[in-house]
Amino acid sequence: MLIQTAVFALFAALAVGGGFGVVFSRNPVRAVLWLILAFLAAAGLFVLQGAEFVAMLLVIVYVGAVAVLFLFVVMMLDVDFATLRAGMARSIPVGILISLLILMMIVWQAGRWSAGSDARPGIASPTPPLEEAENTVALGRILYTDHVLLFQIAGLILLVAMIGAIVLTFRHKSGVKRQDVVRQMYRDPAQSIELKDVDPGKGLR
Amino acid sequence: MFWESGFGLFLLVFAQCLLVVAFVMISLVFLVYGDRKIWAAVQMRRGPNVVGAFGLLQSVADAMKYVFKEIVIPAGADRPIFLMAPLISFVLALTAWAAIPFASNWVVANLNVGILYIFAISSLEVYGVIMGGWASNSKYAFLGALRSAAQMISYEVSIGLIIVGVLITTGSLNLSAIVMAQDGNAGIFNWYWLPHLPMVVLFFVSTLAETNRPPFDLPEAESELVAGYQVEYSSTPFLLFMAGEYAAIFLMCALMSILFFGGWLSPIPGLPDGALWMIGKMAVFFFLFAMVKAVVPRYRYDQLMRLGWKVFLPVSLGWVALVGLFAQYDLFWGFYARWDA
Repeated sequence: MLIQTAVFALFAALAVGGGFGVVFSRNPVRAVLWLILAFLAAAGLFVLQGAEFVAMLLVIVYVGAVAVLFLFVVMMLDVDFATLRAGMARSIPVGILISLLILMMIVWQAGRWSAGSDARPGIASPTPPLEEAENTVALGRILYTDHVLLFQIAGLILLVAMIGAIVLTFRHKSGVKRQDVVRQMYRDPAQSIELKDVDPGKGLR
Repeated sequence: MFWESGFGLFLLVFAQCLLVVAFVMISLVFLVYGDRKIWAAVQMRRGPNVVGAFGLLQSVADAMKYVFKEIVIPAGADRPIFLMAPLISFVLALTAWAAIPFASNWVVANLNVGILYIFAISSLEVYGVIMGGWASNSKYAFLGALRSAAQMISYEVSIGLIIVGVLITTGSLNLSAIVMAQDGNAGIFNWYWLPHLPMVVLFFVSTLAETNRPPFDLPEAESELVAGYQVEYSSTPFLLFMAGEYAAIFLMCALMSILFFGGWLSPIPGLPDGALWMIGKMAVFFFLFAMVKAVVPRYRYDQLMRLGWKVFLPVSLGWVALVGLFAQYDLFWGFYARWDA
């Protein structure tokens, strides 16, 4: 128990510290690296709760893919934080307003809001005890057996969002040379190379 | 019992970790030597043959040389990140070994989600490369880092899908369970390479790309980027990058033998199973890695991306659907569904 508490304190401190690092670091690339530390600490907290599957997914999806893309973008953009900070005084009231709104929503959620009687059994799908089904199996049952329709609909919404993003940003340029690999493989030297005899002093016509 | 108390358990696990790390490190010394020897033999050279008998201690001499040299840090580099990058790539490559079973119950951490753990760690390995390339503050290094970020993410997708196929057949994410599901009376023909034959090839090629090995070593392509992300590194940090790379390659060899070639199971039904089979299989796959490096010319970057997204991803996705079908309807005499429904 003591060790668990100590490890919890360690991961929690790392997560909070990582969050502060994101906000306060001057270099955007370092900010993303701090964010990664916070993600990893959160994964550690999940493991501590016995939710190893969620922890691994957090690492694979957020740290291994999403944060890499963040890093990719931030490294390529030359973000100058000094000019960004100059405009901060103007946007601070809006920022405070938004954070107050979010705080109020959290308080509301924790204090007053409760699920309706129809929704309650759906929300609280009890997972079977660990001896019967391990964490991964229990999650799989909930997602793929009990709520398969909702899960598939969520997937379709994400697919639509992805296609939308591609359609919005994709510009088909004409006049770009592309390699058609199949055509390339079926080319043969007899058709693409012509041997010519060049007479001295005349050149090719 | 002392060994069941908290401190005793800690000592025990610590000793196991040391054992695995020692195994990996000692193997690394000879893997680098073997890699160079095989490469040399293909090119009809002698390769390292001076230090020790047959040049066996060449890697030790190289390691000593790296350690005793001065660490040069470029003036424009981001110092902490520059020094952290090789550490990250080395430590992560060693961390993943904790979940690899060498024989039944010979594993430091027998995780329920072992395969996911290894997948997660290998997806983190890209950070060593990106951070090193960015912190060097040099154009070649940066280009190498960008290439590697795109490349490793692309091939992770197909590796993930290939693993999903194996998981459907096994019904578990535990690496030991994956090996035990391949046990049977027919020895070598019970292993997953037979039902998942197309995926064995895809997995092998994807691991080449994932570990930045030739023909996919574009992040460090010496003919165009000098040495890519490691161009500014010298002495011990460079050694760490190098050792991390080889540890990751050897890990992929281990994963290959666990997923498709029965881990520690013996290929011939009568012979006893054991860790020696596992190590032998890993050595065979490392030989294949070395041969590919010697024989295959480097890909162009757009060809690499095309192969990952337009060939490997659709094929492995289609294979997952197919395996799901086979497993659900119990086709091929339960060859694809080795769990109790």
